[in-house]
Amino acid sequence: MALDSKIPQGPLADKWTNHKNNINLVNPANKRLIDVIVVGTGLAGGSAAATLAELGYNVKAFCFQDSPRRAHSIAAQGGINAAKNYQGDGDSTYRLFYDTVKGGDYRSREANVYRLAEVSANIIDQCVAQGVPFARDYGGLLDNRSFGGVLVSRTFYAKGQTGQQLLLGAYSAMNRQIGRGKIKMYNRHEMLDVVIVDGKARGIITRNLVTGEIERHSAHAVVLGTGGYGNVFFLSTNAMGSNVTAAWKAHKRGAYFANPCYTQIHPTCIPVSGDHQSKLTLMSESLRNDGRIWVPKHKKDVEAIRNKTLKPTDIKEEDRDYYLERRYPAFGNLVPRDVASRAAKERCDAGYGVNATGEAVYLDFASAIQRYGKEQAHVKGLDENDATLVKKLGQEVVKTKYGNLFQMYEKIVDENPYETPMMIYPAVHYTMGGLWVDYNLQTTIPGLYAIGEANFSDHGANRLGASALMQGLADGYFVLPYTIGDYLSNDIRTGPIATDTKEFEEAENKVRSEIEHFINNNGTKPVDYFHKKLGKIMWNKCGMARNEKDLKSAIDEISQLRQEFWKDVRVPGDANEFNEELAKAGRVADFLELGELFAKDALVREESAGGHFREEYQTEEGEAMRRKEFQFVSAWEHKGEPKDAVLHKEDLVYQNIEVKERSYK
Amino acid sequence: MSGILNSSIGRKFAMALSAFFLMIFILQHFAINILSVFSSETFNEASHFMGTFWAVQFILQPVLIFGVIFHFVMGFVLEIRNNNARKVSYAKNNGRANSSWMSRNMIWSGGFILVFLIIHFIDFWIPEINTKYIVGDMSGMHNGEYRYFHELQEKFIPIWRVALYCVGFIFLALHLLHGFGSAFQSVGANNKYTRALQGFGKVYAIGIPAGFIFIALYHHFVH
Amino acid sequence: MNLTLKIWRQKNANDKGKMVDYQISDVSPDMSFLEMLDVLNTQLIEKGEEPVAFDHDCREGICGSCSLYINGEAHGPDRLITTCQLHMRKFKDGDTIYIEPWRAKAFPVIKDLIVDRGAFDRIQHAGGFISVNTSGNTQDANAIPIEKASADAAFDAATCIGCGACVASCKNSSAMLFVSAKVSQFALLPQGQVEATDRVLNMVNQMDAEGFGNCTNTGACEVECPKGISLENIARMNREYLKASFKG
Repeated sequence: MALDSKIPQGPLADKWTNHKNNINLVNPANKRLIDVIVVGTGLAGGSAAATLAELGYNVKAFCFQDSPRRAHSIAAQGGINAAKNYQGDGDSTYRLFYDTVKGGDYRSREANVYRLAEVSANIIDQCVAQGVPFARDYGGLLDNRSFGGVLVSRTFYAKGQTGQQLLLGAYSAMNRQIGRGKIKMYNRHEMLDVVIVDGKARGIITRNLVTGEIERHSAHAVVLGTGGYGNVFFLSTNAMGSNVTAAWKAHKRGAYFANPCYTQIHPTCIPVSGDHQSKLTLMSESLRNDGRIWVPKHKKDVEAIRNKTLKPTDIKEEDRDYYLERRYPAFGNLVPRDVASRAAKERCDAGYGVNATGEAVYLDFASAIQRYGKEQAHVKGLDENDATLVKKLGQEVVKTKYGNLFQMYEKIVDENPYETPMMIYPAVHYTMGGLWVDYNLQTTIPGLYAIGEANFSDHGANRLGASALMQGLADGYFVLPYTIGDYLSNDIRTGPIATDTKEFEEAENKVRSEIEHFINNNGTKPVDYFHKKLGKIMWNKCGMARNEKDLKSAIDEISQLRQEFWKDVRVPGDANEFNEELAKAGRVADFLELGELFAKDALVREESAGGHFREEYQTEEGEAMRRKEFQFVSAWEHKGEPKDAVLHKEDLVYQNIEVKERSYK
Repeated sequence: MSGILNSSIGRKFAMALSAFFLMIFILQHFAINILSVFSSETFNEASHFMGTFWAVQFILQPVLIFGVIFHFVMGFVLEIRNNNARKVSYAKNNGRANSSWMSRNMIWSGGFILVFLIIHFIDFWIPEINTKYIVGDMSGMHNGEYRYFHELQEKFIPIWRVALYCVGFIFLALHLLHGFGSAFQSVGANNKYTRALQGFGKVYAIGIPAGFIFIALYHHFVH
Repeated sequence: MNLTLKIWRQKNANDKGKMVDYQISDVSPDMSFLEMLDVLNTQLIEKGEEPVAFDHDCREGICGSCSLYINGEAHGPDRLITTCQLHMRKFKDGDTIYIEPWRAKAFPVIKDLIVDRGAFDRIQHAGGFISVNTSGNTQDANAIPIEKASADAAFDAATCIGCGACVASCKNSSAMLFVSAKVSQFALLPQGQVEATDRVLNMVNQMDAEGFGNCTNTGACEVECPKGISLENIARMNREYLKASFKG
């Protein structure tokens, strides 16, 4: 099947409007006859479910958590971008579009990104109307901060809990529809397969995580807002339950998987403390507005710090290497995430890491505290030369801006970041890859849609900070509810979809046999053993820097690990009860397949772009080297085993933006 | 408005209103009793006024009795409902870590106050009602002078009663230490004056019962 | 560190359940509390026993899933954190630690330490929203300036993560802090005024119907709340409710 991205004709700026004017609609009376399944209740799934229900469709929404409010969008900290230009600093739809395409290293689809930038302003309006309490200035108007990779302030925020506030906004919109009976909510339900009838997605098979019951649910269309697959690395900033199962099962039923190797490694996370580590904690990118990143200039200081004979605060200014400011003077500490992460890895690999494992750099607020302190002393007419006073005033300012993040750091690390610099290291955070979708957000299976992080379309090879929330809500509130109507307009006479058909039977049996295998396997090792092993392979060989040799061995190792897993995994308990190990086993089984495709994709992409860095393809200064012949989307078709997957290419055409060397110097 | 007493917030509002009324009553009761320490004559006059003025006897007194009964009955009802809201209790619960003893034991301090009140009614209120409305003697006189001060003095001669009163008022203090601020919170008053109000509440909660204890001890030793 | 754990085990909602003792050794002070339980579970699985079930997801204190009553306190002895943010350095070698589920009639136990907090969702369905459709034509976000103090106070109320620690630590199992946080968030914003009367009445009615107890202002909820939601919110809800009752 050839990939048809269905990008509308016409000038870039008019594509979305024209498209909306021309697609088919479903009249309100007929919407009542149509069912839509939405899997996942994060920003994308939650906002889509609410909006579809408002429009009049019968929505069934599913989440594996005990409440839609717990989806992992809730953990997003820093903010959400929107081209509002409230600050009057020259922002515009085009500039947001430009920054996003450039930030994505020219590997995203132009038309999709432009549409994203176009609806971004509506998102802010919508959320404020819902009662989302964004930060405001003393004039009562919305405040903005700036994020990495851009030269304007366009990020709206609610302290360090923007994701939480936006998700609770979407959750409240859902609650309104649940109260009206337009959304039927299924909490603690995990989707385990998608059901295809006559080539169209017509339902899903779920497991009730409390009773273990396997259920069939039918609908005229299925929407996946199931998030990313960062947990293939075991350690990531994702929630423990975040998984690829829904997307992977769709892939195995015929949906192409795009760019699996594009992973965002976030530069500012709390370093790993030991083998017991179960997940990693992000420190918002907003910290890089005021924090300066450095390592010691001299190896002897590094040694002394590791031996705890020297404190970082004792190292003199001239003995510090502010390597981001040194290498990228124009953007300094606010370079995009991929660049910042690689730079940290480069320093640590060179032996300058500042913790016991040698995998940490400093994020230092001392100069920000000085600067703010002086400013406050000046404003209040106090003595600007009184060091203690300046420090106190400065700390107060930093506390109002980042108080909750500092508190979080102190709770985890047991060090006071107001007094000593934070230690940070990159960690897996977001996956730009995902199910391939066309302009309508439909996958290669008709009637199956993917939104938010679950799809691939908007961020290219690297996502800019504060753009994930924007994309999730854009897809869910403003894009999918319209584009899905075009497809559903053919279903107004279809009537309810029966679940007692052979297709549902087959899908259910498949799910049941996998579960039975796990329960009866009687292996020797718990699920986590395999998951951790997979994570190690992924991090060491498909992590921040990749090369042909490692990727090839990763493919072999993962494939071997997968066989071992199916033979030797132990799942205690029973299938007909709450059984977390069983749920985990199913998820890890899918990660073990995805991981291999991931490595294969990384192997095929013989270039460096954004989050994908191939050591063989770098400039003399160690920067990523993009190659013209790889200006395409890799969309993989499932053919039994990951190694047999077939590559389809969607060429990326840039008509409105000049493809350049991405420079932040 | 209908059914407000069936809602959780309505009930706590009603508890608070009755509490306010009772707190004002206690203040007034104290103001008259403390006169007995300074001047038996003024005390007698004030007592006679309160005991015979129609508005006090036939309007305030019934309202007071209703308030007392309502506060107790509602207190017990809430306690039972609240206990039912947790069927299995914790194997280990560290309530001390997050709340005061007073706040967790209002039912016990309140219960003891009820016991005290019953004795108090038997001591003073029932004889009063008997003298005034059953015997029909509204003069307030005994052997040619007002009887109130003497009756008071006599009651505090036995040490057991003085001790009982002291303990009763200690429980009242404990009850008020939580109840004063709690009542304001229940009616929705929580603002920049709250701290000052809580401070005043502590003075009230300790001061008034301490005053009553002083009166009891005074009359026990000085008669 | 070596520890004795006393953990509530209950096979399902119908099982009676009991406290069971476990010994665990080599606990690192840098572990989080849940990582310590991970270690215990791995050992149990390897011994062929069933692991202890507990709710958890984000493990960074924001999703509100984790919900353990540790040594008699919701989310354990530390303040302003969730269970997943509690670290073992708060305990000493040789300690005995009680681990129990949230206890409330409105939060029935599903298994071991997992409870059903659906009552919270149903309270939100009753009115925890502002009725605005997604049209793309809502007025500009800056059309109504909002005083910073109100916006900040609304934000503080809105940081509630719905974990249920307030109910668990309240001697009356009252859900007032949770409900008042949502009522306050909207009461403090101009956008929330239109539906203010119905919202507070409906949410409080649903709260009462779910079987939560009555608030007696002990303040335990505020102390144990991982997000430091203030009692002022309960006072505000009381005002809003009384206003709405007398109006309606």
